[in-house]
Amino acid sequence: MEAVLAPIADSGSNLLAARYQMAFTLGFHIILACFGVAFPAIMLIAEYRGRKYGDEDALRLARRWSKAVAVLFAVGAVSGTVLSFEFGLLWPGMMDRFGDAFGIAFAIEGIFFFLEAIFIAIYIYGWKRLPGWAHFWSGVPIAISGIGGALSVIAANAWMNTPAGFTLGPDGRVDDVDTVDVLFNTSTAHEFVHMWVAAYLVAGFLVASIYAVKLLRGDRSHYTRLGFLIPFTVAAIFAPVQVIVGDFVARDVYEDQPIKFAAMECVYETGPDQAEHLGGICTDGEVKGAISIDGLDSLLAGFSTDTVVEGLNDVPPDLQPPTPTTIHLAFDAMVGIGTILALLAVWFALSWWRRRDIPATPWFLRIAAASGVLAVIALEAGWVVTEIGRQPWIVHGYMKVEDAVTNAQGIWWAFALTMLIYAGLTAVAIYVLRGLSQRPDEEAPGGDIPYAPRSREGAAE
Amino acid sequence: MSKADVVAAILWIGVTLYAVFGGADFGGGMWDLLAGQSERGQRARRLIDHSIAPVWEANHVWLIFVLVVLWTAFPTVFSAVMTTLYIPLALAALGIVLRGAGFAFRHALPGPVRRPATRVFGISSVLTPFFMGTVVGAVASGEVPSDGGGDPTGSWTGVLPLLTGVMFVAVAAYIAAVFLVRDAAAAGDEDLQRYFVGRSLVMAVFGGAAAFAGIFALHEHARYVYDGLTSWPGIALVIGSGICGIAALGLLVTRRFLSWGMRPAAVGAVVTVIWGYFAATFPYMLPTSVTISDAAGTSDTLVVVIVVFVVAALTVIPSLALLYVLSQRQALE
Repeated sequence: MEAVLAPIADSGSNLLAARYQMAFTLGFHIILACFGVAFPAIMLIAEYRGRKYGDEDALRLARRWSKAVAVLFAVGAVSGTVLSFEFGLLWPGMMDRFGDAFGIAFAIEGIFFFLEAIFIAIYIYGWKRLPGWAHFWSGVPIAISGIGGALSVIAANAWMNTPAGFTLGPDGRVDDVDTVDVLFNTSTAHEFVHMWVAAYLVAGFLVASIYAVKLLRGDRSHYTRLGFLIPFTVAAIFAPVQVIVGDFVARDVYEDQPIKFAAMECVYETGPDQAEHLGGICTDGEVKGAISIDGLDSLLAGFSTDTVVEGLNDVPPDLQPPTPTTIHLAFDAMVGIGTILALLAVWFALSWWRRRDIPATPWFLRIAAASGVLAVIALEAGWVVTEIGRQPWIVHGYMKVEDAVTNAQGIWWAFALTMLIYAGLTAVAIYVLRGLSQRPDEEAPGGDIPYAPRSREGAAE
Repeated sequence: MSKADVVAAILWIGVTLYAVFGGADFGGGMWDLLAGQSERGQRARRLIDHSIAPVWEANHVWLIFVLVVLWTAFPTVFSAVMTTLYIPLALAALGIVLRGAGFAFRHALPGPVRRPATRVFGISSVLTPFFMGTVVGAVASGEVPSDGGGDPTGSWTGVLPLLTGVMFVAVAAYIAAVFLVRDAAAAGDEDLQRYFVGRSLVMAVFGGAAAFAGIFALHEHARYVYDGLTSWPGIALVIGSGICGIAALGLLVTRRFLSWGMRPAAVGAVVTVIWGYFAATFPYMLPTSVTISDAAGTSDTLVVVIVVFVVAALTVIPSLALLYVLSQRQALE
């Protein structure tokens, strides 16, 4: 065993395997986290409409969506548990030195996660056991704890980007902690708002895209239209907001994380009048094959083409992000898709304003059907920018990833196994969710999902 | 009592809740695995499902709670354990993934694949607590060096870790069987009640035997823990555990007070052992190299953990009570 593992267990290779493992499992979990944050709110909007206007179809949608929320939360809880193991299994060096600062946000997140798990079960049980509006209100804590949980986890990630609120002792470990400064470091606010809005975009567009496909296939029932309109309207409200939020975030990154900002547009040399590049490859100190707009990068960063943007070469090569091209292209993908989704929202708003209807052309629904996948790509691209953009640091300015990584052997094997299992998990989850959306409706969620109450007969006879 | 001791006690409360509720969940999975395909087995399986479904997720949040408190309040111990015992910990994490996915999906799957999903759920319900037990056994026997990086294979494959793993499995199966006795009674199914009374008895005897063997293993491989358990205050908890265990056994054999007396007695037998370990190893976190105060993080962080625990207790307990009431209530017509 040892001999087999030896060739792939040197430390550099270990670091790469650990980074892949972390990136893959986080990238998987973040999609489910979006559903945990935003889907309950969309479900509650449907229930609100159903109760307020006596709309049976809206109530049917809320019931059906509550089942999907339960399945997605169950998978998300599992993939989230894996992450809490991985902090120790993959990055013991960071936990050892910075655990008492980094961990605070997670301790708070635990409460929200707990409450969310309990209230999802209450909501599902409540369909048959709580009267009318009481049931609606039993769902509100789910949506609130989703937001609180997101804020806590984002605070931890923001702390890695702009660490604050601690002093180091002579042994290099955290010595003294200021809780408020750790939680509300300079990146927390903008990262949270950006991610919170992103969660509504991902969940809204993904759910809407399922019903867009049904509408395209000619199912124009009130039920299907509503299934499209509720999540799509939520996403359409947030899509233009995200463009504005993103603009603010970029300026914050320019201020607080200049090297990440430099990598986003592959600025190598510090100076004013930096160009914005669309596409292209960053190599040998320049960007090749891009459509470049002179001065725009400076203009966006400081409202003037004279704004000086710090370049990658301001720090030694070993402190630069290793793959600026990846960061640059991921940034372009995120901004490009964000713009497309905002334009789609404007198109929808114009049509609704003029004729109280979805745009008549099938092209609108075709793009809407793709919007969910596009939103996920933008989400992942955004995380690629923020995570690879921080490299080689794990705690910016204090600890490099290579000093945090474990010496444990066999991470490549663990990574391969994880890919296999998660692929299986994804396939089964999609299969189950498809089944949920196609099966004939029943009164209330039955025994086919986690948390669901089982009928008395099932238990006793 | 210092702040670090309070936080260590909070950590141990989390461990206790996870052992009881998470343990009952794992045990449910084991009984599901062993239920077979007979009509009676299918009925047992439905009862297990009925018992686990509303709370299985909340039960496992305790594990996350334990991990988070450990890495936040005792970061050096967390990394020492993780860099030494990464193999059993990774296998436990794998078991958690397979178990959660198996349980979440099996009802929604069509017939032909439901059986394998159920099998995966059952097998991972055995393996996960086993590997967690080996981790605890390795820590007890002093296999984790204070700065981590201990023997990745030898540390958890000794007699004591393996025996602890077996004991974890036995305890989980025992608690689950006892809980299911009451659930069967609540469902009015006397036959299933007998079914789980029998299983509780088997596991009580098996768990007792494992614990007895454990005493000798502790004497050999974890002398400090052994001495702690055989002197005040550890000995009081060990005796308490014995009394609870025998009381539970008596109730099972005589079939009396099964509906209300069984659970407290069985849970008491387990909880006293868990706190007996805490008392025996105090003031050590890693016996006998790292104490609780050595391992504790900064003072402000400890305060945060204590506040978080209080807030969690104030919000989570009423919510859990509401869920419990609802799950017991008849459906509205």
